[in-house]
Amino acid sequence: MEIIERSAAQIAREVNARTLSACDVTDAVLAHVEAVEGDVGSYVSVLHDQARAAAARVDERVKNGETLPLAGVPLAVKDNMCLVGTRTTAGSKILENWHAPYTATAVQRLLDAGCVPIGKANMDEFAMGSSCENSALGVTKNPYDLSRVPGGSSGGSAAAVAAFEAAIGMGSDTGGSIREPAAFCNLVGFKPTYGRISRYGLIAFASSLDQIGPLTRTVEDAALAYDAMAGKDPMDATSIDRAIEPTATTLRTDLTGVKIGIVKQFDTRELGDDIDHLYDKAYHDLQALGAELVDIELPTADYGLATYYLIAPAECSSNLARFDGVRYGMRVEGADVHEMYEKTRAAGFGPEVKRRILIGTYALSSGYYDAYYVRAQKARTLIARDFEAAFAQCDLIACPAASSPAFQFNAKSDPYSMYLMDYYTIPMSLAGLPALSVPCGWVTPAGGSSPMPMGLQLTAPLFKERELLSAAHAYENMTKHASAYRPSLERTPGGR
Amino acid sequence: MAETSKPSTYEAVIGIECHVELKTESKMFCGCPNAFGGEPNTKVCPVCLALPGALPVPNKAAIEHMIAAGLAFGAEVPAFSKFDRKNYFYPDMPKDYQISQYDMPLTQGGVVRYWLEDGTMKECRLTRIHLEEDTGKSTHAGSGDGRIAGSTYSLVDFNRAGVPLMECVSEPDIRSADEAVGYLEALRRTLQQLGVSDVKMEEGSLRCDANVSIRPVGSTEFGTKTEIKNMNSFRSVHRAIESEIERQIALVEKGERVVQETRGWDEVRGTTHSMRSKEQAHDYRYFPDPDLVPMEIARELVEKVRAALPELPLSRFERYTTRFGLDVKQATQLVDNLPLAQFFDAVVAASENPKQATNFVLGDLSRLANEHGKPVHESAVIPAHLAELIALVEAKTINSKIAKELIERMWRGDGSPKAIVEREGLAQTSDPAAIEKFIDDVLAANEKSVTDYRAGKTNVMGFLVGQVMKASKGKADPALVNGLMKQKLEG
Repeated sequence: MEIIERSAAQIAREVNARTLSACDVTDAVLAHVEAVEGDVGSYVSVLHDQARAAAARVDERVKNGETLPLAGVPLAVKDNMCLVGTRTTAGSKILENWHAPYTATAVQRLLDAGCVPIGKANMDEFAMGSSCENSALGVTKNPYDLSRVPGGSSGGSAAAVAAFEAAIGMGSDTGGSIREPAAFCNLVGFKPTYGRISRYGLIAFASSLDQIGPLTRTVEDAALAYDAMAGKDPMDATSIDRAIEPTATTLRTDLTGVKIGIVKQFDTRELGDDIDHLYDKAYHDLQALGAELVDIELPTADYGLATYYLIAPAECSSNLARFDGVRYGMRVEGADVHEMYEKTRAAGFGPEVKRRILIGTYALSSGYYDAYYVRAQKARTLIARDFEAAFAQCDLIACPAASSPAFQFNAKSDPYSMYLMDYYTIPMSLAGLPALSVPCGWVTPAGGSSPMPMGLQLTAPLFKERELLSAAHAYENMTKHASAYRPSLERTPGGR
Repeated sequence: MAETSKPSTYEAVIGIECHVELKTESKMFCGCPNAFGGEPNTKVCPVCLALPGALPVPNKAAIEHMIAAGLAFGAEVPAFSKFDRKNYFYPDMPKDYQISQYDMPLTQGGVVRYWLEDGTMKECRLTRIHLEEDTGKSTHAGSGDGRIAGSTYSLVDFNRAGVPLMECVSEPDIRSADEAVGYLEALRRTLQQLGVSDVKMEEGSLRCDANVSIRPVGSTEFGTKTEIKNMNSFRSVHRAIESEIERQIALVEKGERVVQETRGWDEVRGTTHSMRSKEQAHDYRYFPDPDLVPMEIARELVEKVRAALPELPLSRFERYTTRFGLDVKQATQLVDNLPLAQFFDAVVAASENPKQATNFVLGDLSRLANEHGKPVHESAVIPAHLAELIALVEAKTINSKIAKELIERMWRGDGSPKAIVEREGLAQTSDPAAIEKFIDDVLAANEKSVTDYRAGKTNVMGFLVGQVMKASKGKADPALVNGLMKQKLEG
């Protein structure tokens, strides 16, 4: 197998065994990036020098006898995560030329584990979006059909990993921003329990929901990346101080004794026959692996979207206040400081970001706070309780990751239809639960020529990452859906 | 100082809001040093500059300081507390929101008990004390006078941004400028002695605003209040409140109304002036800070802080005035100077003579401390030696003149006064025979004075006694000398 197509686990094994050097991996990946970036556009910045320097350090460490869990693994870093000395834009004009003077904890942990940062990946501005179309920095395309979106907001990271421009993509998931692009790009996308991975250095969208996680081509790679990133960080007061059980070494190949809940409220018949059959098949496959399927209810899940679109904008309205032109980022001068604020923010933020700041400001305003923000928090509690009740009957929950495969550019012109893309992923985010998307088959969209991947979403109770990844691994191992098709990139070795 | 006119017809109703910077090693939500001054923007990091992606982590020491302050004033420390965001745009506030506390402050209620110069005890209830972070400092340039009006650009120093700040809000229980100062003094000495703040108005670690209104004596309703800002010392607080009360009374007397507004104190003019009239109600859009988890305040922590509380100034004041018989001024002088009070307590404990201890500590020792610019507790004099000195005086082993000499020598580092007395034979001569001998010699050598005395010029007595003291090298018991001398001259 070409170097660039190897999994993170394979690369790390070979680099640790010194049968392959991190420098060779890096050179191969950078050359491939040069070849395909024009089509895919995964990266906002490609870090040639930093990547080569990091690779040389990894080779040096391995030579000195260290074994690194992710030795030489090419990494795509979502551009809302700080990496010292690199431009970090969060997909926004307002930070177009901002260079981070420090490194995010999660990024640092992956670098310490041996990863080599290939580039900063494109994303929806401030992680607000489900298609990557809200980026102010460029267009990212789905490697499986360049006329379609890669999903979002971690669309650049997803496209990079799908197009073999990296083996691990770092994503951040607020309402589905890892799981939906993973589903769209034939990847494993894993959002751990809220607080498992430090948010320090992640440019905040909605602090109570944001969670970093990996996008990878295999479950094992997701587990390796998670194991390297997870754990308490003294720099993040919301990071959880709880023992991390390694997940990569305990992946199972069967589901004997596992009860999997199928959600009555998530009726896949509404998604069309093809998709309905696909999920039916997926649930049967789980059963074939030894799992017992149980019907469960999430009566409040339908309120997820409304709840989310009050809480997330409320938090973002405050989190994004700091982009004011005073200390860093874009500044448009004005007659006085207030005019400077107004002009800077008017020019610096895109329409979706402005929309959410307005919604959030409104929801927090005196006189509306109780009716919107407080009620949304109550609804959030109810949704979390629904999951608790459901997990009294089952160990995991299975449902779609997205209601459709990747759609074409400009297909979702009204914001609400875009918000609906996160219908299946938002409730888990509100409850802080660990959830992932794993490839579960292909459908050819109406009017499309290429089969597009779909994702099965598995959700576990809080802190049950190990059980979650194990189940996904068993499913992946049996079904091998991901390898059915290859990205439709001319220059990709073996591409169609 | 302005006199309040018609004090019998109007009373003032005053509430005070204080911001106190807490004394901690590091800032409230990051590891930057919490220290006054320094080159601009040298005590900053991604967190206190609010760089993208930075997150706050609360400072435990600041929370313990808050609990200590709350307990000192008998406030309730609830089991749960949380931080909220107060959202508004301001260039010296890096996040464009301030992490503060809205509806679940770290302490609720409490009372500040204080005394006035005449010893009257007063009380002012506290509404709450909450914890927040300080802002940076703006400097406006180009206007020549540092004012924002006419300036062409502004510079911001974020060294102070993120310093832990306690906001202490009083109920409107204060009735005069004197009471306001009494309250502030009590607050200052208590917070200082708890070690939670330097409480220095000149460095901005204590800042206060006063809400002032007036009403006819006997009324229970509140008048319209104004908020007075820019008071830079307790003296200006006193002057500003007096001036504002007088202004409001004058307005009402003229049949005009007090307008609710913020007024700035002008130190030079000695008056307050309107800064902005009742702002359009600012909507700060408070909401719980999702970056910070709600705090559970363990009872064990509260009890640990309570057990570590020092003796509070009020209790010390009461001990000094009621048990030791100090007057209000003496007691205040000691209570306001903790190291001196601790020195004093050690002297009293060793000597069991508070009266002499007061005389020496507030008299000779304080004078020496002033002359040498060195605090008593850092001098060579130790409480045990001062207690020895008091014992020597009590036992009449030495007279007060020798005592004064000894205290000077103790200051210079000569050590134990008892040892000096023994080594140099400075013990007072109280043997009448020995003293008579000195007197006889002096009288024999000063016949003219004796004649003068007997002729009615009794004031030569002092001279003669002085000669005896001199002859005895100061050791003669002056009382005995006086008595015997008188007998000899008149007998």
